[in-house]
Amino acid sequence: MRFIHYFTGSIHFFLQAALLTLELTAAALAMGTVIGLIFALMKISGRKPLRYIADIYITVIRGTPLIVQLFVIYFGLASVVDFGSFWSAAIALAIHNGAYIAEIFRAGIQSIDRGQAEAARSLGMNYKLTMRRIILPQAFKRIIPPLGNQFIIGLKDSSMAAFVTVPELFGVAMQLASNHFADLQFYSIAGLYYLALVLMFTLLVNWLERRLQVEKIQ
Amino acid sequence: MIKVHGLNKWFGKMQVLKDVNLAVREKEVVVLIGASGSGKSTLLRCLNFLEHPEKGRIEFDGRAVNPAQDDLNLLRRDMGMVFQHFNLFPHMTVLGNVIEAPVMVKRMRREEAVAEAKLLLAKVGLADKVDAYPCHLSGGQQQRVAIARSLAMHPRVMLFDEPTSALDPELVGEVLAVMKQLAKEGMTMIVVTHEMGFAREVADRVLFMDEGQIIETGTPEQIFERPVHPRTRDFLSKVLWGPFPQPAAGILQNNVFAGYSTAAV
Repeated sequence: MRFIHYFTGSIHFFLQAALLTLELTAAALAMGTVIGLIFALMKISGRKPLRYIADIYITVIRGTPLIVQLFVIYFGLASVVDFGSFWSAAIALAIHNGAYIAEIFRAGIQSIDRGQAEAARSLGMNYKLTMRRIILPQAFKRIIPPLGNQFIIGLKDSSMAAFVTVPELFGVAMQLASNHFADLQFYSIAGLYYLALVLMFTLLVNWLERRLQVEKIQ
Repeated sequence: MIKVHGLNKWFGKMQVLKDVNLAVREKEVVVLIGASGSGKSTLLRCLNFLEHPEKGRIEFDGRAVNPAQDDLNLLRRDMGMVFQHFNLFPHMTVLGNVIEAPVMVKRMRREEAVAEAKLLLAKVGLADKVDAYPCHLSGGQQQRVAIARSLAMHPRVMLFDEPTSALDPELVGEVLAVMKQLAKEGMTMIVVTHEMGFAREVADRVLFMDEGQIIETGTPEQIFERPVHPRTRDFLSKVLWGPFPQPAAGILQNNVFAGYSTAAV
């Protein structure tokens, strides 16, 4: 009974926090996708220096915990540049997810038959045009499932932002839990909100996948 | 029109082209034959720099191509290429495939490109497939779309890389018919193929390649009826007769090619 009482009593706090979680996730994943695409293209580039830079980025980011990256950007860089808590978290999440998204993009691009690029180039299309018109549209269809998966991870990882004072879902849960000495209830409630967001997101990804499948791939 | 001097190409430590020389005149149909791995396809792919040769010079219209400085995209516009596996763009309709390069590369107006694409598709016998996706077409139809797609750029020469090797036997004819028509219209063509009937009927010149070298060249009669080099004889007797007892090459003229009028060649 206390659970329902806490749940209904905290709805407006949590809805506001959920909105912030969504904003944070959207900002982070939008930036992360751009970062991922750039580094994926660097990694398959013919130029060695670009490949090395991409390798170093992916190795370092995948090899260190998100919380460390977040603290470096929020606390570590505080004396140099102050992004504020929201944007520190968004940037850290973007850089973190970007490394994984880069690998997803790379795998997707490399899964497209070489003949596609050869056909495009033989028609006089340059590298950029070939990527934009021929390779990426096909790769994009194939990466939707793994990309959706990564987005779900990104959404849940946004909870780390609570540790740099962003009042998103987990941050609000921590606050309410300590104020009311009700850890079990409020952390469970936060979990329910995350679950609801992830379910919504899963439905969206499934719908997108079905829609793009209409034009069937060979 | 195309001249190749001393072309050498290595894949790792393996040399796949050894000092290849070749000259192709305007409106000439040159057919490259030879065993798998003899370097035919690689030679063809070097011509439009899908492969970069390590040594040698390629001239197009009397100008040596320098892949480091020249815009290869401009060169490739003039050289259509048809691949063994068609390589149609699966996410675009047949029409989309054909107008893609004219619109995106040549910046042709869309309506203009569409009108021309429809003519080209009618020419290859696929006027009714304009809005179909490649996955709904047979191999032969896909390859004919691929030919139309190349022609849409108004290439000055067409390169065919084993265009019928991936087709079911009953679909080979429709693609060869389109190629024959093209040859008749005066298109300069370089064709890698195992279709000896096509080579004999359509080629102005047949080149036999073996281990990265062109070891024999001549008119179809010379190559098929009076091959000089033992390797050529050996190859021809294998492709024309299968792995069974090998008759002298001279016998071929009356048997295998009985269906082709020698007067035409």
